[in-house]
Amino acid sequence: MDINILTVFILAIFVGVEIITKVPPTLHTPLMSGSNAISGIAIVGAIISTEINGGVGTYLGLLAVILATINVIGGFMVTDRMLKMFKRN
Amino acid sequence: MLLSNLSYVLASVLFILGIKKLSHPKTARQGNALAALGMFIAIIATLLSNGQIDLKLILIGVLIGSAIGALFAIKVEMTQMPQMVAIFNGFGGAASALVASAEFLKNGDMSTFTVSTIIISVFVGTLTLTGSFIAFGKLQGFISGQPIVFPGQQLINAILALTLLVVAFLLVQSPGEINYFYYLVAFSAIIGITLTIPIGGADMPVVVSLLNSYSGVAAAATGFVLMNNGLIISGALVGASGLILTNIMCKGMNRSLANVIFGAVGLKTEATENTSGKQIAIKSYSTEEAAMIFDAAEKVIIVPGYGLAVAQAQHAVREVAEFLESKNRKVLYAIHPVAGRMPGHMNVLLAEANIPYEQLKDLDEINSEFEDCDVALVLGANDVVNPAARHDTSSPIYGMPILDVDKSRTVIINKRTMNTGFAGIQNELFGFDNSIMVFGDAKDMLQQLLKDLKDL
Repeated sequence: MDINILTVFILAIFVGVEIITKVPPTLHTPLMSGSNAISGIAIVGAIISTEINGGVGTYLGLLAVILATINVIGGFMVTDRMLKMFKRN
Repeated sequence: MLLSNLSYVLASVLFILGIKKLSHPKTARQGNALAALGMFIAIIATLLSNGQIDLKLILIGVLIGSAIGALFAIKVEMTQMPQMVAIFNGFGGAASALVASAEFLKNGDMSTFTVSTIIISVFVGTLTLTGSFIAFGKLQGFISGQPIVFPGQQLINAILALTLLVVAFLLVQSPGEINYFYYLVAFSAIIGITLTIPIGGADMPVVVSLLNSYSGVAAAATGFVLMNNGLIISGALVGASGLILTNIMCKGMNRSLANVIFGAVGLKTEATENTSGKQIAIKSYSTEEAAMIFDAAEKVIIVPGYGLAVAQAQHAVREVAEFLESKNRKVLYAIHPVAGRMPGHMNVLLAEANIPYEQLKDLDEINSEFEDCDVALVLGANDVVNPAARHDTSSPIYGMPILDVDKSRTVIINKRTMNTGFAGIQNELFGFDNSIMVFGDAKDMLQQLLKDLKDL
């Protein structure tokens, strides 16, 4: 196994903890829907799996593209819709 | 490959900056746009740098997915956000599991490391999918919000977990045996269901947060399968986010994660045991009488709970608050961490009704304010204002941090009926000398209250 990739993973967790603890409770719902959208990054893997002549895997890839796109588009759009509503006096 | 790898670095930076900007409502929207830009860059670069992919198929997939996603995003009511996040957690987990499955079915020759990461991704992704659908069903009311338990449940869970470990071990030993792979999928799906059904409605904030975290873990595991930094970093961010929220929710209830998952709190049987002893004498007022109390109040704190969301009463609350403010009364909102069905649920609802976020105070900020508060108005909240949490060691909510509404001069509690909260226990607050009950649907009650206030 490539040790670099594990390094990246562990450092990313630390960065994540650091920045997410600074998100105030009032924005926790947008944080969750926003992270829904970010977990749609699986779309990148899904695109790679739709390899031509990849057999059944190609169709699993297609299904993954659909589900991940729902998360990406739906997640970012609904987060924006919510954040628009947060107003000051 | 260099192009796509560079794009993942850029995307990761934009995701991190995006979340950083979520630290304040003023910059949050810009942050979301940055994260979306990051995603766009990653997708385009992936499309450009992989020659072997089926572009037409991808385009069809993206179009279908965009249409469904946009429809969800536009149509969903703010009261239904927990359901939407729950189902999106499921989709995210499923997408990651599918990518890992595609990899497994395509490659005949895999290292033990790759097979192991595929197993983790498929297991976590599939259990996230089925668990999220159960959570969705409970939130939407398709499935009873009561914990579903049966004798020997823990034993069955233990056997399932053990079987899964055996299947995983066999699959690592002989990756060519496709049947083991199907068993893996089946057992992961069943475990997702059996882990979620015993969890009660009020514990849903924990479950939704936890499944959110799992969807990140699944994405990161798929990143290890594909050796893709973009997936690993994003997965780690989402996994960390879900875990932090889970922790905050558990603290908000003073319970351990294990207790939430295996405790089945909220069972009816528990309720009857606890309420049989004492009857509480309550005072029930009309909205007209309540209006007179409001009329004499200088400072009002509103405590919203899940009942407010059910009644869609957020706009009615704002109208009452605006009327009071026009008479120079001070109005604040007290938001308990586990009010509603997901983290921040009440804040979004009140923001939808145009209530400025500066007026929304969390537990630590607001509790000292109740001492000189004239009226605390509790709308569809129950367990989070139950003083038993402070002193009754036999109470299932003992030790849970609560909103000290009972320290206000008067507490006006709006509920539909005298039914117990989700923890299944009667609330002694309702019988306090300074407590007044006003029964009815939150929205109807508030509209009537506003009319009565204007008539005074």
